[in-house]
Amino acid sequence: MRDKNVLHLVHDISSNRSYECDLRSSSGASGILPLELTDVGYEVAGQWLLSDINLKIEEDRSTIILGPNGAGKTLLLRICHGLLAPSRGSVRWQNPSMAHSASAQAMVFQRPVMLKRSVRKNIEYAMKVCGIDPASRPHQLAAALEVSGLEKHADQRATHLSGGEQQRLALARCVAINPMVLFLDEPTAHLDPTATRQIESMIASLRDSGTEIIMVTHDLGQARRLADRVVFMHDGKVLISAEAGEFFNNPKSPEAAAFLQGNLLW
Amino acid sequence: MSTFSSSFSTAVDLVLTANPELAEIVFLSLRVSVSAVLIATLVGMPLGALLAIRRFPGRATIATVLSSLMGLPPVVLGLIVYLLLSRAGPLGEYGLLFTPTAMVMAQTLLVLPIIAALTRQILADLHQHYDEQFRSFRLSGWKGIQTLLWEGRFSLLTALLAGFGRASAEVGAVMIVGGNINHVTRVMTTTIAMETSKGDFSLALALGIILILLVLSVNVLVSLIQAMENEA
Repeated sequence: MRDKNVLHLVHDISSNRSYECDLRSSSGASGILPLELTDVGYEVAGQWLLSDINLKIEEDRSTIILGPNGAGKTLLLRICHGLLAPSRGSVRWQNPSMAHSASAQAMVFQRPVMLKRSVRKNIEYAMKVCGIDPASRPHQLAAALEVSGLEKHADQRATHLSGGEQQRLALARCVAINPMVLFLDEPTAHLDPTATRQIESMIASLRDSGTEIIMVTHDLGQARRLADRVVFMHDGKVLISAEAGEFFNNPKSPEAAAFLQGNLLW
Repeated sequence: MSTFSSSFSTAVDLVLTANPELAEIVFLSLRVSVSAVLIATLVGMPLGALLAIRRFPGRATIATVLSSLMGLPPVVLGLIVYLLLSRAGPLGEYGLLFTPTAMVMAQTLLVLPIIAALTRQILADLHQHYDEQFRSFRLSGWKGIQTLLWEGRFSLLTALLAGFGRASAEVGAVMIVGGNINHVTRVMTTTIAMETSKGDFSLALALGIILILLVLSVNVLVSLIQAMENEA
């Protein structure tokens, strides 16, 4: 069981300072990980967009799926999260019944999807449908608003927020749910450096509170800042799955080496 | 011109003094149209939601038929309902022809495709927007539909008012199945048609004023709802 109500050092993105916050703690995703993909393939109209994916995602705190556009990163993420079923192969969690419960996993999309309600109500809705204990919801809501720096926007309509604020709200929902595994699909793709820094700070806070991060990006700098492990993809295949340091210092495929050097891959 | 001004003056007088005959016609019109819209909503909204969200064989055909029925000529619909309710028809034994119930049936069938098709369009757009997020939340079908209905409540209310506008302004079908019987099935639109053909414009104009005010009110209500949605 995961511990609750433990003080954690988090980074307040509104004031750019660190402080102790009553954010729920997690003893990690050990209950549901590893996630094992065996011979996974995904076909659309006779074309295999993913093929021969054999991958084991263990408890590494932060796994970054890296690769050029069209490599199949987003498809792989959606298959892992269960939004798409693979055309062949299998996706297995260690504890499937726990893994498929509403609060075990969450996903942040490239373009955040908000209900036409206030910031507060968006977070409350997520907690309700994910089965968070009603007694702990006010506390979780306060923590989510605090960590995301959205307290002063709590009663503002979510769809009226800026792109960066909406993405922070999407992450705030995840803070409130406190999933064991959080999938992120290029959450900073459309954001400026300031908003990107704020989002990365929130992701790091979630990771530090014990949530397993599995994130897609093609931003090398971001991968270097956040990755504990890197899965490198190209042309619908996983070419490398390695520790971040090992991947960046000694990439074991010519495609990965070229990508790290900033050469164009297609 | 003098005929028009005197008729208009009498019409305004009828409205301002709440003439009993006028009030009876207006009340029956509203009763028939509101009943028809309520029944069409109860059937049309779930049907539209089903077509928007569920995948099943024949779904596209039903959606196309519904969209086509939005433009169904009221007189043709009136004729079909007449044949169904006439003594020789399959529902003849119930004796519903030339009753307000027959008029409600005709208007319901007229409004149902409008409400169902608009609901389908509104919810299909919302469903496309929220589908992945809801599946990420592991939301079950019914909970997802509930949320979509709430998120689309302002647009759905607009669809409902569009149905009411169509029903209240309709004349052909209710004339055929209602028969325009005095104190029984005489409604605003059929009275206007009858009084105009008789050359007695006062009552026709009075009813016309009320009908225009009603349609204007509906449009103002739609604008207010849209403004509320933008501010909510």
